[in-house]
Amino acid sequence: MKTVKVYGPGCKRCETTETMVRETASRLGIDVTVEKVTDAKSIAMAGVMSTPGISVDGKLIHSGGLPDAGKLEGWLRA
Amino acid sequence: MTTETHEHHAPRGLPDWAWYVGVPVAAVVWWLVYGQLIPFSEWATSLFPVARDSHTGEAIAFFIYDVPKVLLLLTGIVFVTGVLRSWFSPEKTRAILAGENQIWGYPLAAALGVMTPFCSCSSVPLFIGFVSAGIPLGVTFSFLIAGPMVGPVGLGLLYGLVGWQIATIYLVFGFTIATVAGFVLGRMGLERYLQDWVRELNAGPIGDMPEERLTLVDRLKIGVEQVREIVGKVWIWVLIGIGIGAAIHGYVPEEMMLRIMGGEAWWSVPAAVVVGVPMYTNAAGVIPIVEALLDKGAALGTTLAFMMSVIALSLPEMIILKQVLTLRLIAIFLAVVSAGILATGFLFNFLL
Repeated sequence: MKTVKVYGPGCKRCETTETMVRETASRLGIDVTVEKVTDAKSIAMAGVMSTPGISVDGKLIHSGGLPDAGKLEGWLRA
Repeated sequence: MTTETHEHHAPRGLPDWAWYVGVPVAAVVWWLVYGQLIPFSEWATSLFPVARDSHTGEAIAFFIYDVPKVLLLLTGIVFVTGVLRSWFSPEKTRAILAGENQIWGYPLAAALGVMTPFCSCSSVPLFIGFVSAGIPLGVTFSFLIAGPMVGPVGLGLLYGLVGWQIATIYLVFGFTIATVAGFVLGRMGLERYLQDWVRELNAGPIGDMPEERLTLVDRLKIGVEQVREIVGKVWIWVLIGIGIGAAIHGYVPEEMMLRIMGGEAWWSVPAAVVVGVPMYTNAAGVIPIVEALLDKGAALGTTLAFMMSVIALSLPEMIILKQVLTLRLIAIFLAVVSAGILATGFLFNFLL
């Protein structure tokens, strides 16, 4: 069970990112909980400076822009 | 990331060679179309049942010429900027600026503000990220002012619609205002006017992400993605801006323009700033208006002041920053930047 956090104040790209994570995980049959972090303070505390950011199991792996579909698969499988 | 074979292949889009061929072909097509805009717009205008030299005819011609021109320029600029900016990131910028406490941290921050990709929706995490990494407040402001003020979209459109002289003046003065305003704000010791929670924040852990390796095709994709996103978002502002520009071009008499925005009317510079700040549009929407104003004889200083205040100072941005800055600090920030814009406006009205 992986915990994925998507950091973003609620702009369109952040929502798209969340959808991408959910869809990729269900397509690969990987069990994840997706949590959305929208509060500016928490986003900053996580070390994210450009949104959307993604962390998997507490480790920040991406920030700024939509993630690449192939890389996202890799992060979820790892 | 290691390359693995995926059983469930998601659609990956075009193969690499298609990018290497497609982008140059698109550039050539762009160039050819751009060169045909005048004959095209004259022909299209002649289809309307109005005299070409009437007020309405002038307005229609302006609109029909400017819409494809601005959209083409916008697409080209956003693409090139998107590709170039893929070499920069807020994380790298922060690492550069964090070690920089000398005076030239300010111009450096302004330059990086122009090149670093960030959207206004992440200006709060970015602000906190900078301040918590020990970047001085003034340097952070230089960065935040320069980003919108001398953005490539504004400069490129100014170059394409008004000419290189004015684009250069705008670049030099916009950059100077960002640098000097940041410096002045830095000297004022404003840290105490940050929101309490920002001051109490211990330096957040610096994101230790593995650097993502991008191929040239990845960068080209980023460019196209940017075009889709930005042009998809601002086209409506572009149409509104060109509509207003066309109305000015066709219907506003020159004597009236000279009276309101001419160099003789000293009050027109502050008035332009007061009108410009609450106006919410972007560079792509305001430059067609600027084109029409200058064309009708508006003074350069007044027009520059208007353009700078519309682009660089916007109320929605202030509302976002309210999360980290107290009202008092926002007011000081507005006052200092406005002072720089006013000075630029008066200088050019005085010189010319």
